[in-house]
Amino acid sequence: MTTELLIWLIPLPPALAFFLIVLFTNKNKALSHTVGVGAAFLSWVGAMIVFVRALGVEHLAEHPFASAIDWLPTGDSYFQIGVRIDPLSAITLFFVAWCVLMIFIYSVGYHNFGQPEGDHDHAGLPPHGATVHGHAVPSVEPMYSRFFAFIGLFAFGMLTLVVSDNVLTMFVGWEIMGLCSYLLIGFWYGKESARNAAIKAFMTTRIGDVFMLLGIAFLYSVTGSLSFEKIFSEEVLHALASVPTGIFGLSAAGLIGLLLFIGTIGKSAQFPLHVWLPDAMEGPTPVSAMIHAATMVSAGVYAVIRMFPILSLDERTMTVVAFIGAFTALFAATIAVAQNDIKRVLAYSTISQLGFMIAALGIHAYVAATFHLVTHAFFKALLFLGSGSVIHGMEHGVLHTGNHKVDPQDMFNMGGLKDKMPKTFWTFLIGGFALSGFPLVTAGFWSKDEILADAWAHGHTIIFFTLAFAAFLTAFYTMRQITLTFFGEPRTEEAKHAHETPWTMTTPLIVLSVFAVGFGWVGMPHWITSGLVPNWFHEFVGSMLHEHAAELEFNIVPLATSLIVALGGLTAGYFVYRNVKSPAEDKLQIPVLKNKWYVDELYNVVFIKPAVWFSEVFVSQWMDKGVIDGILHLFGPATGGVGSGIRNYFDVPFINRFLGDGSAEVTWWFGRNLRPIQTGRIQQYLLLTLIVLFVVGGLLYFLLMA
Amino acid sequence: MVPQSWYLILAAALFGIGLFGVLTRRNAIAILLGVELMLNAVNVNLVSFWRYSDVLNMSGQVFSVIVFAVTAAEVSVGLALVISAYRRRNTVIANDMDMLKF
Repeated sequence: MTTELLIWLIPLPPALAFFLIVLFTNKNKALSHTVGVGAAFLSWVGAMIVFVRALGVEHLAEHPFASAIDWLPTGDSYFQIGVRIDPLSAITLFFVAWCVLMIFIYSVGYHNFGQPEGDHDHAGLPPHGATVHGHAVPSVEPMYSRFFAFIGLFAFGMLTLVVSDNVLTMFVGWEIMGLCSYLLIGFWYGKESARNAAIKAFMTTRIGDVFMLLGIAFLYSVTGSLSFEKIFSEEVLHALASVPTGIFGLSAAGLIGLLLFIGTIGKSAQFPLHVWLPDAMEGPTPVSAMIHAATMVSAGVYAVIRMFPILSLDERTMTVVAFIGAFTALFAATIAVAQNDIKRVLAYSTISQLGFMIAALGIHAYVAATFHLVTHAFFKALLFLGSGSVIHGMEHGVLHTGNHKVDPQDMFNMGGLKDKMPKTFWTFLIGGFALSGFPLVTAGFWSKDEILADAWAHGHTIIFFTLAFAAFLTAFYTMRQITLTFFGEPRTEEAKHAHETPWTMTTPLIVLSVFAVGFGWVGMPHWITSGLVPNWFHEFVGSMLHEHAAELEFNIVPLATSLIVALGGLTAGYFVYRNVKSPAEDKLQIPVLKNKWYVDELYNVVFIKPAVWFSEVFVSQWMDKGVIDGILHLFGPATGGVGSGIRNYFDVPFINRFLGDGSAEVTWWFGRNLRPIQTGRIQQYLLLTLIVLFVVGGLLYFLLMA
Repeated sequence: MVPQSWYLILAAALFGIGLFGVLTRRNAIAILLGVELMLNAVNVNLVSFWRYSDVLNMSGQVFSVIVFAVTAAEVSVGLALVISAYRRRNTVIANDMDMLKF
């Protein structure tokens, strides 16, 4: 099979799985997950083959695997869609395929496959457990098949986006993921919070998507093409940079770049559109991993990395990108410090880490951004799946004690899980250290260090210190999380009875932890390896750019900063939280951080309340009920008046009385008055006939003859 | 030859007598007799017009023959009706048979 054909086929199995599960295997849980995981496996196999073949191509950036077909007739020519594997999409395909497959496998265990049906479970609510021989045991998810259908579609969207060779099909995949995030965040639609979170995620990302679509339309109108091949060619880029738009004095490239970047702000949850992502924790944990690592937010960063040649044409756009990224990185990190929900901490850390990538891109650190995207995907998938495993273990404890008031996601209900769930602990530790940037061994260290080094080397001091402080906070809250969850003594009875999760859940953790450590090695800077091994990642991805960025020389400042913030944050996190027993003892539970800087409240007052007021009071009460209904209510009496007027002054007196009753009365009068003539005497009749005959005959005679 | 007007005057007189009888006689049989007189006055007319116009055109005579036949049938039905009425109501006075009034 040719590589191009294989690339076309990569996204298809999950889409087929979606339709197969929805249409045919919905009733059968085992068959559904076989179809779902099998499809993910097929895509994984395809992706790995393509990746390996891509590695074998020299100068892949100049000679990518590409194939296109005519799709939409546009006048004389056709709009072409196709697939393209260059170094960037190859590396993205690699981590997406791995994460997706691991998440699919993990979902089998997470949704308690093999457990009995719940005693009181309803579709749309999380399973509550079943009773077997007097013991409470976890029960299988009621909508098990539906879950695999949805994540199949999700994976299809992401793979489509990755293999696309043009902005339009990329956007199609992007929107498919928007739909799937809505469906999956609201997967437990019986919970009101889940429903609201689903709507919030969909609406918030939609704001970004609208701007992105505008950007795509503008791009198409300026260049006449959406294929990466064409829009990233030297002459088109030059044209884009020189066309003025008249908006803020930006060139077309600057405006398009900004619009596309707003799409990424929505999708990758950057400030100020970050609010949907923490709420997205309402979905099942594999979905969180899917959204935060493998697909959705990575797609946002992928898109902006993809558009880097256009973005980098305008330095003002790049400044906006850099500052939004750096601000988000610090902003989200401060919130994460004060969160008690194990998944919410990770959610804010995702926002923060995405901020790192965006900031890196804003300072032209293309390779570093890509590198962090990949390593982050691995360790964040690992962390989310790990937190899901912890929650699962805690739910086991909750079922054991039967006290359903205990929140299995609150870290202050945990503690001491290290011995109960060793596999989860060790993998979570690896993921956490990777996130913190634990020196030398973890992938997160290398990618984050590269970002900091780039920021320092190119003189972006503000960005550098912001990111460094964010990195410190990252290490701090990560260690806080690990300490609260795994170290110390169990703080609740439920934590004492927590249980290690089944192999379907721990295996993906182990696989991902290998990547969380090992993937950093492919991007080690040359100075650490003394030039023995070239920085493969830098060579591979860096070749995407027309101006090949030289690798940075060794500098002690960023390295020392990386070491200090990572180790310092981890140490501080451990010692501060070593003996904390309850949220009351936690000194950092400042209301402003706990309440996420009141951004939700602000949006509520600034956007949601006015929108609700506008729709309920202005549109519904004033416009609809007042003006529109008022006009209609005028029509009613008006036509009623005309109707009763016609009735009273025409219909009743003329038609009814005069014509109807009158004719009857006249007939009746004649009948009454002519009745006496009918005597029944034949001779009188004859006489009458004779008289009439004479009269009529006489009249006729005089009229006709005279 | 006698002028045609004499015949017409005879026929008119005969018709008048018949009509008077029909309108004034109380006995139903007498009314029938009056009707016979009126029909025969018509026959006189028909025959006289035949004789005084085109003799070869036989329609006048043919009509009078048809009137005879119809008269005979009419009288037999009329008498039967009168007898039947008499049997039921025990009278032949026309004014007493007034059940068709309102």
